[in-house]
Order: sequence, then C-alpha cells, then structure tokens
Amino acid sequence: MDWMELRGNRLVVRLPAELDHHHTEVIRLEVDRLVTEHPVDELEFDFSETVFMDSAGIGMLIGRYKVMHALGGTVRVIHMDGQIRRILSLSGVGKLIHLEEEAV
Amino acid sequence: MKNEMTLAFDSLSENEGFARVAVAAFVTRLNPTLEEVADIRTAVSEAVTNAIIHGYPDGVHTVVVRAVLHEETVELWITDEGVGMEDVKQAMEPLYTSRPELERSGMGFMFMEAFMDQVEVQSSPGVGTTVYMKKRIKQDAAGQED
Repeated sequence: MDWMELRGNRLVVRLPAELDHHHTEVIRLEVDRLVTEHPVDELEFDFSETVFMDSAGIGMLIGRYKVMHALGGTVRVIHMDGQIRRILSLSGVGKLIHLEEEAV
Repeated sequence: MKNEMTLAFDSLSENEGFARVAVAAFVTRLNPTLEEVADIRTAVSEAVTNAIIHGYPDGVHTVVVRAVLHEETVELWITDEGVGMEDVKQAMEPLYTSRPELERSGMGFMFMEAFMDQVEVQSSPGVGTTVYMKKRIKQDAAGQED
C-alpha cells in the first residue's frame, strides 16, 4: 500500500484525487486493518492530491474518527484545497477531527 | 437557447466520477465559475451515488441523468427505476441514513441543497426516484455590468 505510511505511532494516508463512494471502501478496510494491527495513535489524512470529495468522504472520515476514538487516538486532516475545505466546513466534522488551518 | 443532453449508464460506483465530469463538461457552455462547477459536480455525485447505493441495492441497472441548459440556469434530473422511498421527507433530513453500515454520513441531500438553488425529490416504492435540481449560473465577468 504505497498510499499509506507508518511513521512510528502515526499513520499517514495519502488520499486519491477523487474521494467518492467508489474510493472510500478500500481506504476504510485498509486503514482499519493497519490501525488495529499496529499501535497507531495518530491517523493523518493528506489531501494534497485530492481535488474532489463528497459526503462519502465525510462518512469515511467520521467512521475513522470512531475507530481511532475507540483506540484512544486522534484523526487529523491536512493539505486541503478550496472545494475540500467547503465540504469539510459544511459537514461540521471539524468538531471531531483536527483540520489543518488554511495557509496564509 | 435551450440545450439538452441525456446520459444513461450502469449503476456501478466507478460511473459516479464519469457522471459528474460529463455534467460539469456540458455546463461549461454557460461560463460558470470554478466554484459553480464544483457545486454542480458535488450535487451530481450525491444524487448519482444515492441512485446506485439506495435505488439499486441489488444488481446493476440503469441510472439516467438529464441536463437542460437555459440562458442562465441548469436543470438536472437524476433518475433510477429502483426500490424508491416511502418517506422522502425523512430521507432528506440531515444525518438520516437508511444504510449506516455503509458509513453513509446522511449529508448527501444537505450538500445538494447547499450547492443548488432548488432540489426536489419524487419517489414511489417499487417505481423509483427522480431528483430534480436547478441552479442559476451567474456567469463570469464578461458581459456583466461592473
């Protein structure tokens, strides 16, 4: 899985260009497998390559928050562009996971 | 001048991307802003994903997307002939989902309503569902007073 990288207790997940229902299923399965097999306490989603996300992406993030919360860990989201920020902010998911602040 | 197109495709999740890209390309004739295109792509993605997951929970069937461009507006119809819904109002409530096991966030209709000017849903159990959406395209600076 070259889109996932374990750095100590942190798992970094590089998300695909289009984060829709078609892509969320494999991410959910692979991330859940890794965080239960390894001592991960910080799950980081990197949106550098992502130009599209819809409510399926929000569902995937909330699901991972629940998993990490149960494991005593945290979730953060980094490198989001404008469209992704609008969706994240509308969804209110920032109450559960840490959203990187916009670069000035 | 009116300009219309219809797409019919299999209810496979890989076609979600195809549907929103095709509609976005068609709408470029109205000179939408990047944000307006993003809004339409998201709304189409939500409606098409609903048709694929909820309209046709079993097997592969046809989803139809019809788009009509007018001078300053786009109208969309996303139709499936699947299971339909008894209670449209409940389905449109924020955070409601009939399939929590699929990690559906229940935010699909919320996004459609946030990004489009009008969203209407017609559904009958056993007959299918049509989502109608309309958005006014403000057009870019050219030709507008400033």
